Amino acid sequence: MTMQTADVLIMAQDVSKAFPLPEGNGTFTVLERINLSVCTDEVIALLGRSGSGKSTLLRILAGLIPPTSGTVTSSGKPVVGANPDVAMVFQSFALLPWATVQENVELGLKAQGVPRAERAARALKAIDMVGLDGFESAYPRELSGGMQQRVGFARAFVMEPKVLFMDEPFSALDVLTAENLRGEIDMLWQEDSFPADSILIVTHNIEEAVLLADRVIILGANPGHIRGEVKIDLPRPRERETERFKQLVDYIYTAMTNPQVEVVSPARRGTTGKLNPFPPLPMVRAGNMSGLLELIVERGGKEDLPYLGQLTNMSTDELLPIIDAAVLLGFATVEQGDIQVTEVGRAFAEADIEQSKALFRQQVLAHVPLIVTIQQKLQEKSNRAVRADLFLDMLEEYYPEEAALHQFETAVDWGRYAELFEYDATERRLTRDS
Amino acid sequence: MQQYPLAPRDATRTDAPNRITAILADVAVLLGVLTLLYVTARVGSGAFVSFVPPVDVPEVSLDPANLPYYAARSTLRMFIALVASLIFSFIYGYIAAKSARAERVLIPLLDILQSVPVLGFLSITVTGFIALFPGSLLGLELASIFAIFTGQVWNMTFSFYQSLKAIPRELDEAVTLYRLPRTQRFFQLEVPASTIGMLWNAMMSFGGGWFFVSASEAISVLNQEYTLPGLGSYVAVAIAAEDLQALGLAILTMAIVIILVDQLFWRPLVAWADKFKLERSSSADAPQSWVLNIIRASRLPRMLSAAFAPLTDAISTTLARIFPARPPRPPRTNQATTDWVFNGGLILVILVLSWYATTFIAREINLAEVVQVILMGVVTMLRVFALLIMSTVIWVPIGVAIGFNPRLSQLAQPIVLFLASFPANFLFPFVTLFFIATGFSFNIGSMFLMALGAQWYILFNSIAGAMSVPSDLREMTRSMGVRGWQLWRQLIIPAIFGSWVTGGITATGGAWNASIVAEIVSWGDTTLTAFGLGEYIAVATEIGDWPRIVLGVGMMCVFVVAMNRIMWKPLYDLAERRFKLA
Repeated sequence: MTMQTADVLIMAQDVSKAFPLPEGNGTFTVLERINLSVCTDEVIALLGRSGSGKSTLLRILAGLIPPTSGTVTSSGKPVVGANPDVAMVFQSFALLPWATVQENVELGLKAQGVPRAERAARALKAIDMVGLDGFESAYPRELSGGMQQRVGFARAFVMEPKVLFMDEPFSALDVLTAENLRGEIDMLWQEDSFPADSILIVTHNIEEAVLLADRVIILGANPGHIRGEVKIDLPRPRERETERFKQLVDYIYTAMTNPQVEVVSPARRGTTGKLNPFPPLPMVRAGNMSGLLELIVERGGKEDLPYLGQLTNMSTDELLPIIDAAVLLGFATVEQGDIQVTEVGRAFAEADIEQSKALFRQQVLAHVPLIVTIQQKLQEKSNRAVRADLFLDMLEEYYPEEAALHQFETAVDWGRYAELFEYDATERRLTRDS
Repeated sequence: MQQYPLAPRDATRTDAPNRITAILADVAVLLGVLTLLYVTARVGSGAFVSFVPPVDVPEVSLDPANLPYYAARSTLRMFIALVASLIFSFIYGYIAAKSARAERVLIPLLDILQSVPVLGFLSITVTGFIALFPGSLLGLELASIFAIFTGQVWNMTFSFYQSLKAIPRELDEAVTLYRLPRTQRFFQLEVPASTIGMLWNAMMSFGGGWFFVSASEAISVLNQEYTLPGLGSYVAVAIAAEDLQALGLAILTMAIVIILVDQLFWRPLVAWADKFKLERSSSADAPQSWVLNIIRASRLPRMLSAAFAPLTDAISTTLARIFPARPPRPPRTNQATTDWVFNGGLILVILVLSWYATTFIAREINLAEVVQVILMGVVTMLRVFALLIMSTVIWVPIGVAIGFNPRLSQLAQPIVLFLASFPANFLFPFVTLFFIATGFSFNIGSMFLMALGAQWYILFNSIAGAMSVPSDLREMTRSMGVRGWQLWRQLIIPAIFGSWVTGGITATGGAWNASIVAEIVSWGDTTLTAFGLGEYIAVATEIGDWPRIVLGVGMMCVFVVAMNRIMWKPLYDLAERRFKLA
């Protein structure tokens, strides 16, 4: 728990990960030159938005995916295949539905060839630790989500790993259950008997990161890179109501909504390959954007971001893309943890449907190159129709197949909303709105 | 800490049953196992008797007292084929799922093998197996088992392969991270994850297998009459003797056997396999089986597994040492060149095989006959289409009516499953008699024989499709006053389209196979023949005309594959894309 110069357990040096793009269009970089070390007695939170490659990074450190370049060492040895120093708690729990609680917890021990009696004794102890005493012979489907994740923790604890990995362990649970379990894990961590030396947790929940971590490492997207880290200098157990806590949460919120802002240490942004003429569109429906803007305008045109999250009951992962889209289209700006609706944004939110569509059309054509390109292609064609594949092929020069499809779908949604064109999903054809 | 609302199931279950129930259950399980062992040994020994055609061949007598024995012989064949299919599925599916390169050959190959008319190959396999075991009936037995095997193995293999591919990513990662040895991964993750899919496919295939067992027990190949004691050969002898009473008894026996196998084998398995569901929540109505309840009440299985625990542990550890966790795959290098060589080699093999087959056929058959055979294929295809339309028009409305009524569908589903597994060729004689008596054109009549087995797949899938229509949608149409043709066009047809396609693929596949026994039938000395590819193959098989067998079977494969590719594949894609009820 103390932050003295401790032993390095896992170290990533210049780790990059790229996936090949379809049809030999080069590669798509997910992670770029990541340097990171996990030391003893610390909790690190990897915080990033979707697309920042945080889960990929976790899996590279766990030895589940090999990096494209760079090295990962664990206890001084290079990681080849599954990292033996790591046990992991998964977002979806990843329990075998046909095995009892005890069989699930014994899984890793059995793989190591631990004898039956010892296996059972160690498993029961771990089950006891997570408060599931008496449920050894139950099947996962008989348990609630929170209890299933307790089994997930027991299965990791029983391995007594050097580093406990958690991949968004509470995000599949309802708010109250997550709060309860998070608190218990935090309590266990503060005891001496915690079955791991360190914790590495991936999350998109800012409060969760500030509650649990000693260091919050913020990842940026496109490609995923480390923007910097924030040290959490709060005593445990942490109180949400303290000024310092709120300050830290606000600071991180601002950092995450403003990719250009530097986080403590300057972040490097290397460019790879060709310059992308189609900067990524946040995957947001036009209707959601307009709904959120209306809400903010109703509340005076300015709102605190963390509070907006509570108000709309949206997670950061759901809320931030909408805000990104609003900023991209010039409907809003973000400063110091607050969102401010612009003049155009206000007009867009308050106008009747015809006018607001006209405003949307104007902003989209001014700010979204992909939609402008689609519009141009449609005007060139005498029959006012273009096949979707043309644009997908174009996008696949810069995005992996699935991402290209998402980009296209978002552009289609926005273009339809702006009444610029129509899309026939069966024929996979775009037509100009007459 | 906190209150746990759910009590673990085992805590409430294990100690409750009283002593007497447990003892009774023990006795029942013990008796059941011993009976099974005795019958298997007794019936199985029949497969090893001497067989030297044409002097020393097994007699099939029409004495009804022999029926249970014959039924047991046929059933044993079915189960041996099932075990063989299971082993084959595991190996083939595993290789296809684990090696990207093997996958590219094995999966399209599976698609073609699935379309091959099994009965057309009987002649080849029978001669082969008899040559393997000269002087023993075993060769003929194996040929029959092989016919059942080829009828049921392909969709089980597909199912296993697809289950392996569909294992949730995080489960796979958990097992990788905890470095499970390959055997443990196989038995703790891969087999359980595929159990339910495999079980349903095995059940459907097994039902279809009765048709093949009965067709393969009494065949004439290469001018030889081969009979293998069993229910199928009993029926064949009854037909030759024009004995309607024996025929009726055989049908009754068949019905009893199907019901017994369902109750004693499939039901318990289905109820037991419920725990392998991948969904996280528990379902309200888990399948039940009285046999499984008895086995669960008995203490014998638990005692046995406890007694053998040290042994199984030792085996598991040894296996783990032989097959350790898979080392990580090296990063992929550029495989373009090797891929090219691989694909080229593949095309070469296909070309050589086609060339070989063509020259073999061309030695004896001229072009005019080939054209004639193509024409026969077209005629049989027309029959297949006609029966598809006919079954659709008749059974879809009935199926939808049943499916929309929950009580009725619960009642009807097992009956339809029973009808689908009942070997249609047992009923052929009655229809044949009708045709002989009325002089009805057999060129049209043979289509009804083909439909006899195939139609049930349309009905079964229509019921399943109608049951899956969300009640919201039905209530919506009712409140909007949508009825009649509009209701069919806008709700029912789109909603059940996917199920209909699934049923249609199975039904037409079955019909092609059935054409080999349905385009030529006899009653006593009277034989009815219809112009078609099935009849061509049947005749060629009977006289042992190899070039014509190869031509006929090859032609049928081409027709079936073409029909699947040109018609069913686009329809299936359309159903997936447009008419899927999310």
